[in-house]
Amino acid sequence: MNENYYLVLAAILFAIGVAGFLTRRNALLIFMSIELMLNAANLTLVTFADAVGDLTGQIMAFFVMVVAAAEVVVGLAIIITIARSLHTASIDASSWLRR
Amino acid sequence: MTGGVTGAVGLAWLLVLIPFAVAAVLLLIGRVGDRWGHWLGVAGLVVPFGLAVAMLVQMLANSGVESYFVKWFVWLQAGSLRVDAGLQVDHLSLAFVLLVTGVGSLIFIYAVAYMAHDPGRRRFFGFLNIFAGSMLLLVLADNYALLFVGWEGVGLASYLLIGFWQQKQSAALAAKKAFIMNRIGDLGLLSAMALLFSHVGSVNFVAVGPSVAGGGAWVGLVGCLLLLAACGKSAQFPLQSWLLDAMEGPTPVSALIHAATMVTAGVYLVVRSQFVFTVSEVAMWAVAIVGVVTLLMGAWIGTAKADIKKVLAGSTMSQIGYMMLAAGLGPAGAAFAIFHLLTHGAFKANLFLGAGSVMHATNDDVNMMHFGALRKVMPWTFLTFACGTLALIGFPFISGYYSKDHIITAAFDKSPVLGALALLGAVVTAYYMTRLVILTFFGEKRWGDDVHPHEAPGLMLVPMVILAVASLGAGAFLNNHIVGWLAPVTGEPPEVPSSLFEFTWVTGAAFGALVIGVLAGWLVYRRGPVNESNFLLRAADAELGANAVNDVVVLASDGVTDSVGVVDRYLVDGGARGIYRAGMGLSTWIRGLQNGKVRSYGLMMAVGVVVIMVAVVVAGQVI
Repeated sequence: MNENYYLVLAAILFAIGVAGFLTRRNALLIFMSIELMLNAANLTLVTFADAVGDLTGQIMAFFVMVVAAAEVVVGLAIIITIARSLHTASIDASSWLRR
Repeated sequence: MTGGVTGAVGLAWLLVLIPFAVAAVLLLIGRVGDRWGHWLGVAGLVVPFGLAVAMLVQMLANSGVESYFVKWFVWLQAGSLRVDAGLQVDHLSLAFVLLVTGVGSLIFIYAVAYMAHDPGRRRFFGFLNIFAGSMLLLVLADNYALLFVGWEGVGLASYLLIGFWQQKQSAALAAKKAFIMNRIGDLGLLSAMALLFSHVGSVNFVAVGPSVAGGGAWVGLVGCLLLLAACGKSAQFPLQSWLLDAMEGPTPVSALIHAATMVTAGVYLVVRSQFVFTVSEVAMWAVAIVGVVTLLMGAWIGTAKADIKKVLAGSTMSQIGYMMLAAGLGPAGAAFAIFHLLTHGAFKANLFLGAGSVMHATNDDVNMMHFGALRKVMPWTFLTFACGTLALIGFPFISGYYSKDHIITAAFDKSPVLGALALLGAVVTAYYMTRLVILTFFGEKRWGDDVHPHEAPGLMLVPMVILAVASLGAGAFLNNHIVGWLAPVTGEPPEVPSSLFEFTWVTGAAFGALVIGVLAGWLVYRRGPVNESNFLLRAADAELGANAVNDVVVLASDGVTDSVGVVDRYLVDGGARGIYRAGMGLSTWIRGLQNGKVRSYGLMMAVGVVVIMVAVVVAGQVI
């Protein structure tokens, strides 16, 4: 097995995640991009764990998934609250904390 | 507190403390003291007078001791400088104490009646006691630093008293003027003290005396700085112009300033510092020249003023000029300076109290053009005033005859020019006093119908009569004693006058000057006021341009302060503002990054991560 394919794939996924994160206005799409980046990181962890023959990387990937799940709960709650009060999911609309 | 000195002299501190304690009571007690406060004020100076007489008796009994030192406590101890709160009671300071307390007491008693209708009389007496207490501290201190405390106290009290009627704009301004001009003189005294400390290491009179004897040019500088101080306090050229404006104060204050507690301080300083002036010929000449210039200026101003008090003020300038001239003649004249100061204290107080009596009788009018013929309605005032006048112009065998002629003689010994100018001053003195007396007491009555002149009440007359007697007799009484009495302080003069009836050519010349002055005054004014608009008199009425000079000086210094202000505003403040503006600009720019847009935060984060990663990779390559 050649790890390079997996690593390149992870890098591509991560780059797509970053691009989506920077270009999208919709909070949900940004959220999805973040998830994409997290999963790209997970793929890297699993790949190296397999290559080294150490399970620590795989366990780490599980931790990331758990944290991501928790983050989704909190994040979606915030997005829904904002959407209810502003009637939009656009991330640019919610800059009033600065004022 | 006695410092090992027994008897009345050991109580010397009480001389200073009693007036100050009385002043504190009067100023703090409030309206409760309005009914009796003025008598407490009088007691605050009469008691010290009694003590001073007791001290005189003790000193006469122990003629072997020339000075007593009454230490109280160590006042300042800083490095090698040690200043005690100590008093020096010697023949010079005792003469001053007797003058201040004696003449001062009479003026205080007079003021009780003079200020009877003034609602602020208790406060007035509080200030008077500060004045007297400060002057006593000034003349009794055994070092320059403690003298300076009294010196400043006198300045403060004169400010408070000249501006006593502070609701009058002119009085408030006159008080400020006196205060500021005195500050200029104070600068001289402070600088002199600093010089003495750096060269001698002490400011005690007894320590400074022997140390300056071999001194170089710096002693002359000390002398000139002391002269500057004396000029401020004694209203000598070029710091003379405050004295005429100081007439805004109530008349007892004028009497006190002129006779006892203020202008005499400069003469005292110069005579007390004789050890400095005998070393430096330059400083001595400076004192003598300042004295001559002022004695002529004062007399000149006196010839033109229509305000009776201002004529007397010009006269004081002139007479203090005589004293300064004498003090600048060294041991030959210093004792005569004090002699003239003592007789002047008596007759000038007498004249001022007389002028106050005239004002009291004419609804506080001071313009002599509104007087005339007052001798008929106020004979006592006229008689006492005449005594003072005779003493001032030096009528034979009356005070001024002795004290002034000695000064003129000593001036001739020093330089014929000084003597001739002093003699000229005597002519003018006789002239302006004749003018004053004729315009005030003789001729047709010129006061308005609403003015009803009346003789002064007894409480005012008694001090006037006592002072008139002193004016007549002080010269003859002191003539044979004063020089010997002051010799320990001023040094032995070459010739001691021994007889009351000793005549020299100077005596004759002075009498001639007197006759010329009186005749001239009588010829000009025998028919009442004349048109006084010639060049000389207009110049004198304008106080010889003193105020114009002051204006120029003030404007020039205004210019300096303005330019300093510009530097301050644009350079110093500009620098400070520049710093905070730079900080503001930077923070405003940085604040712009925090724009509340999540995507811009995200971009920054991404860029930041990339930068850190590149940095890590590059660092890894390098290491």
